[in-house]
Amino acid sequence: MSPLLAEVTQLVVNGAMSGAILAVPAIGLTAIYAVLRFPNFALASHATIGAFAGYIANAKLGLPILPSVIVAFLAAGAVGVVSDEVVLKQFRPAGFITTAIASIALTIALENIVRFGFGNELRGYALPIERDWRFGPIRVGPQQLQNLAIAAFTMAALFCFLTFSRTGKAMRAVADNPMLASIKGINADMIGRLVNFVGMGLAGLGGMLIGLDTTIDPLTGFRSILSVFAAAVVGGLGSIPGAVIGALTVGIGEELCLLFLSPDYRSAVGFVAILLVLTLRPRGILGQRAY
Amino acid sequence: MENYLIAMAVSAGIYALMALGVNVIWGLAGMVNLGLVGFFAVGAYVSALLTLKLGLPIAVGMAAGAVVTSVVGVGVALITVRLRGDYLAIVTLGFAETIRIVASNAIWLTNGTDGISGIAGPYRSRLSPEAFNMTYLGIVVAIVAVAYMFAERLRASPFGRVLRAIRDDEQVAAVAGKHVALFKVKAFAMGAAALGLAGALYAHYTSYIAPDIFVPLLTLYIKLALLAGGLGNNRGAIVGAFAVVFLLESTRFVIPLVPGVSAVQGAALRELLIATLLIVMLRYRPRGLIPEQLPRIPVPSSTGPVTST
Repeated sequence: MSPLLAEVTQLVVNGAMSGAILAVPAIGLTAIYAVLRFPNFALASHATIGAFAGYIANAKLGLPILPSVIVAFLAAGAVGVVSDEVVLKQFRPAGFITTAIASIALTIALENIVRFGFGNELRGYALPIERDWRFGPIRVGPQQLQNLAIAAFTMAALFCFLTFSRTGKAMRAVADNPMLASIKGINADMIGRLVNFVGMGLAGLGGMLIGLDTTIDPLTGFRSILSVFAAAVVGGLGSIPGAVIGALTVGIGEELCLLFLSPDYRSAVGFVAILLVLTLRPRGILGQRAY
Repeated sequence: MENYLIAMAVSAGIYALMALGVNVIWGLAGMVNLGLVGFFAVGAYVSALLTLKLGLPIAVGMAAGAVVTSVVGVGVALITVRLRGDYLAIVTLGFAETIRIVASNAIWLTNGTDGISGIAGPYRSRLSPEAFNMTYLGIVVAIVAVAYMFAERLRASPFGRVLRAIRDDEQVAAVAGKHVALFKVKAFAMGAAALGLAGALYAHYTSYIAPDIFVPLLTLYIKLALLAGGLGNNRGAIVGAFAVVFLLESTRFVIPLVPGVSAVQGAALRELLIATLLIVMLRYRPRGLIPEQLPRIPVPSSTGPVTST
């Protein structure tokens, strides 16, 4: 393999892996959007909360990574239900603009609660140091593969839940046509709570997976929110398969840009992707309509 | 103490200018801008770089800051104008973050996270610090006054009326034959110009700018100022800006008095307070404390009762 080809392959592999991780919070965002019809910027702080809940479980209580990831999901999901019930739900009648502004205020409020408790310093999870695995010229970290497996398993579980379970079908029904769903006796309030639990739980899990690669601090969620929104918009806001495709696109795009950009500009790539998609195909790859 | 008060008045004036700009975008046209700090940053950087690197006069730098920001605003608005409003929210937020990323990393241009220092201030070298503060306050007051008059004219003009119609119901405005997209882009451009000018004013006052200054929290301050004063209400925007600066500064003095709270925790408490306040205001006073007063539209007096045959 020529060195350039090897480099490109390596970047695509890295991008696919970070894209798979990105897909987890992007699915959460797009699911909440599909049911509740507003871009929930509070996703950022819930990713941070998940990352810190996982950190407490892993680094403080000494749990292994897998149970810690579940803790991250449950904690962020629970906070998501409560914060929606107490704060964001009140805003829905006022329209999506007010709700979106409230959600960004909420994200800063929650982020500062985390900052109050943990301060600003960077924290790392308790991870064994392992040598990268080599496949020819391609190198892959075992931790990355584990993250990939967790992300893939989460997505598969979510897919089964939405396709086969009664509640999952009810959720899709509300997203598809709230009026018809209510005629069929589906409790939209309950579905709203459920989608917040699952969506914010996914955000928390995603926050922890992002943190496993590097370190965490109160800004962990906010720093990645641009990429998460880019994934959801590129795939089509409201479409779950779209979020996965969008996340892979953004993930690989961010990596490939390293060929001619410094890594510091990575998250700007997401913004460029948003602009490109909104100019060329506003509804995204799999979305329905954007106007 | 006097200097401190003047400095606070200057920052309140700068906030007021931003609130006036956002009032056109959000209050009149009903468009959401979650990244107004990004526009503020563009104005600050453009003016600072032009005066520092090309040696242009400060007034030219400030004007250029406003114009460039306005053009950027047109770009942002054009991309999303035909889409649902939530896309504008996403794009503006992304814009502000991207500006911060570029400002932190384009070291050759912006000096990265170290920021740009030594930005010229008008007559700074010839005046004592006190006199400079007073002069600058005068400049800010004059600019805010002009912006206020402009905003008032805009509000009462047919243009402002169309913007309010678009805010209240886009389709009705379109049916009435108004080019909705064009009006929205124009409103966004005007608001962005005020934000850019505010950024330039900030840069030349403090003489130092860095990416850390342009955080999303600043966006919340301005939203709060606008809500405190009343959305769509220009006098309210100015009053609200002063109220927010007063609140911010008083918490700066009060929070250190709370026992057992470290500096980081104090800062966190402050941000928490601002965010909570914004949520509460949005919830209970979504049109602000002082509601918008619609300009009177003279109704032609009818000449006697209408008779039907």
